[in-house]
Amino acid sequence: MSTNEHRSRWAASLFSALLILLVVATVYVFVSGKYAPPAAITAAGRAIDHQYHLTLAVTAAVFVLSQLGLAFVVFRYQDHGQKVQFSRGNNTLQLLWTSLTAVLFIGLGLLGGKAWATGRMFTLSPDAVRIEVTENQFVFNFRYAGPDGKFGRLDPSQINASLANPLGLDSADPAGNDDIVVPTLTVPVNQEIELLLRSQDVIHSFFVRELRLQQDAVPGLVVPLRFKAEKLGHYEVVCTQLCGLGHSNMHTYLDIVSQANFDAFLKNGGQ
Amino acid sequence: MSAHAHTLEVSEAPTGFISKYIFSTDHKVIGIQYFLLGLTSVVIGVLLSVLMRIHLAWPAGKMPFLQGGIMTQAQYLSLVTMHGTLMAFFVLTTAPQSGFGNYFLPLQIGAPDMAFPHLNMLSFWMTFLGLVCLISAFFVPDGAPISGWTAYTPLSGIGQITGPGEGYGQTMWILSIACFCIGSLMGSLNFIATTIDMRAPGMSLFRMPLTCWGWFITAVLMLLAFAVLLAGAILLLLDRSLGTSFFLPAGIVVNDQLQHHAGGSPLLWQHLFWFFGHPEVYIAILPGLGVTSHVISTFCRKPIFGYREMVFANIAIGTLGFMVWGHHMFVSGMNPYSGFAFSLMTMSIGVPSAIKTFNWISTLWGSKIHFDTPMLFAIGFVSLFVSGGLSGLFLAQPAVDNLLHATYYVVAHFHLVMGVAALFGVFAATYFWFPKMFGRMMNPTLGKIHFWITFVGAYCIFMPMHFLGLVGGIRRYADYSAIAYLQPLRPLTMFVSIAAFVTAAAQLIFLFNFFWSLKHGAVAGKNPWKATTLEWTTDSPPPRDDFGGHDPSVYRGPYEFSVPGAREDFIPQNLEPAQVAREEQS
Repeated sequence: MSTNEHRSRWAASLFSALLILLVVATVYVFVSGKYAPPAAITAAGRAIDHQYHLTLAVTAAVFVLSQLGLAFVVFRYQDHGQKVQFSRGNNTLQLLWTSLTAVLFIGLGLLGGKAWATGRMFTLSPDAVRIEVTENQFVFNFRYAGPDGKFGRLDPSQINASLANPLGLDSADPAGNDDIVVPTLTVPVNQEIELLLRSQDVIHSFFVRELRLQQDAVPGLVVPLRFKAEKLGHYEVVCTQLCGLGHSNMHTYLDIVSQANFDAFLKNGGQ
Repeated sequence: MSAHAHTLEVSEAPTGFISKYIFSTDHKVIGIQYFLLGLTSVVIGVLLSVLMRIHLAWPAGKMPFLQGGIMTQAQYLSLVTMHGTLMAFFVLTTAPQSGFGNYFLPLQIGAPDMAFPHLNMLSFWMTFLGLVCLISAFFVPDGAPISGWTAYTPLSGIGQITGPGEGYGQTMWILSIACFCIGSLMGSLNFIATTIDMRAPGMSLFRMPLTCWGWFITAVLMLLAFAVLLAGAILLLLDRSLGTSFFLPAGIVVNDQLQHHAGGSPLLWQHLFWFFGHPEVYIAILPGLGVTSHVISTFCRKPIFGYREMVFANIAIGTLGFMVWGHHMFVSGMNPYSGFAFSLMTMSIGVPSAIKTFNWISTLWGSKIHFDTPMLFAIGFVSLFVSGGLSGLFLAQPAVDNLLHATYYVVAHFHLVMGVAALFGVFAATYFWFPKMFGRMMNPTLGKIHFWITFVGAYCIFMPMHFLGLVGGIRRYADYSAIAYLQPLRPLTMFVSIAAFVTAAAQLIFLFNFFWSLKHGAVAGKNPWKATTLEWTTDSPPPRDDFGGHDPSVYRGPYEFSVPGAREDFIPQNLEPAQVAREEQS
């Protein structure tokens, strides 16, 4: 099989070279940090980043070892007339790599649960600011309870975007008279916020990269989403759940302002 | 050990064109029919993705065949939907399982046909009907649906009012999926019955080639998963056409119009869909895992390392595959505690997947590798399976999913592991079995050129997508212009598009090689690869009853390569122990 052997040599070399290139290029892009999300602005976001980097370390180790291992065997064991080392398997090895990966992967999953709990399972402080987020094709609306601290009742049959009642505030409920409804989100810094996500029509989503928070808004459900931002700024909010014709235009802004500015914002009725 | 089923009397081979090639009950013809259905679908599916990539690279570019020239958001989203549906259902489910499984399961276990040949024919024609329904969605008023291959309701559940394509187009989509489910259910029953009842004497379960294990476990998954999707599809159809509210709650207002539904849950659809949808990932990849093991062992002339562990890893993947669907729903509004449970189950699927990888590398260790085209694709499969699988460890954790959900990171992950890897399995299978199916070899030089371009191209398309996703690049966006932070991603998007064009064009080499070799390939003979399993003991192509009237008997496992003491470096499964040529003592 001399022609086969000849073909082996360059195929084996090319294959190993490509696998090594894959490893080098991938590691380089991750290490260079060229494509990384912007810094997190919440403690929970940093817990997520920590878990992300832990996962990156574990997967990088497995990725590099597996791809380089493959590159090695492909190059080393090309057909140059050698005798095959006959083997059907090895129980010790099976036991070793099964238990090792089980501990590694499931351990990672358990630690990941902690980061998840930091962001999603905690008791809200009583003075948290509650803001209702209502999404529909293809806009966001944010409602603040106003001076009375109460959200007015909603009546879907009264929804009328062109008559300036996009949420369907029930005209019979006085609690709704002072509710503030605005198209962008303004929150105070260093204060616990609870968003109450709703959707009027199809499933939408709420995603802010800097908060490391993504959550669907589902018709029929009110989904709570909590965070405490530590940095002033102007951030983009996008819809990430395919919601129809205008999906890629559906976005708004999050402004994180000082407590004084937030108080002024409420006092001026959201101006 | 099963008794060989002698009950199936294969009649004279049919001679008329229609009974031989169209309404055939021959598992080999049906296998080729499924393969060609998959091939047609993949050509359309890839063309749709090329159109999407053109639009993403040049959003204002004119496409002469579109009304108005520039692709609208609705047109883009309908391409997204149709590409996903074609690829997931009509390519990744049909080609590896229904195509090659139909052709080679009976041949590899030594049976003259599938257990239920007429049911087999019906399965194919139901699937064909499903494809016709799907393609027709392009031609109904308002065109194809825009709700994605996941068809999340209420977008898909109310009708025309939620968007273009959500009227007739979505209805055709649902009918198509229902037909596909019925075809797949019948097909999977046939696979299960055949594997259990039709094995040749001596072909114990643990002497089956790993390909057969792949098809068998996939069939079990299909039976359980498609039954649920079929129910979901029917309920969705009822919501749309008869005014029921399985998936629709009260108070939905679209375009200021209150919808008269009450009591349903949009999350119920997601649970039903993903109870099918996650096993579907394994339905696509398990046959590829089998083919990869089979091809690697054959071309490195060494028994598969840890045969039993490979089988148990497949069973573990299949079983765990039914307990992880919730990882698609971490941020759907599902209880966060459920998210944590689903996360742990998902992380544990990494274990059997890693076992498979380590066993492949150990098989190659100390072997003698022949780099024929099927082997190149099998080794490529291993690399892609590792890359695509590992990125899943990020998505499996709900905390990290907060950042990566619905971004291009997800697109990169599932395309690498269930798209490209599964297609590499199909390519390996095609180059490997073409000589058996058509009696001729595919051109090895063209095969290798096809491999190198596709391997490099696939990585160039999908590795950068991870980085797009990490920065927050959102999937299913027709247009990046509205979001400021997406602007710096344009050069990377352009790079991905160009890689996609080159890779797609390289597939023409495969198509040419396939059809050219049918007539002009070198004559293959019975066993061109010196392989051990039963299909290589019969003619190429095999006669109507597979083994020409005699029933094969099996004396050993499927991967007896380079056995010490034997003169040849392979011992076919059907060779009687007394006939195995011994090495002469020197």
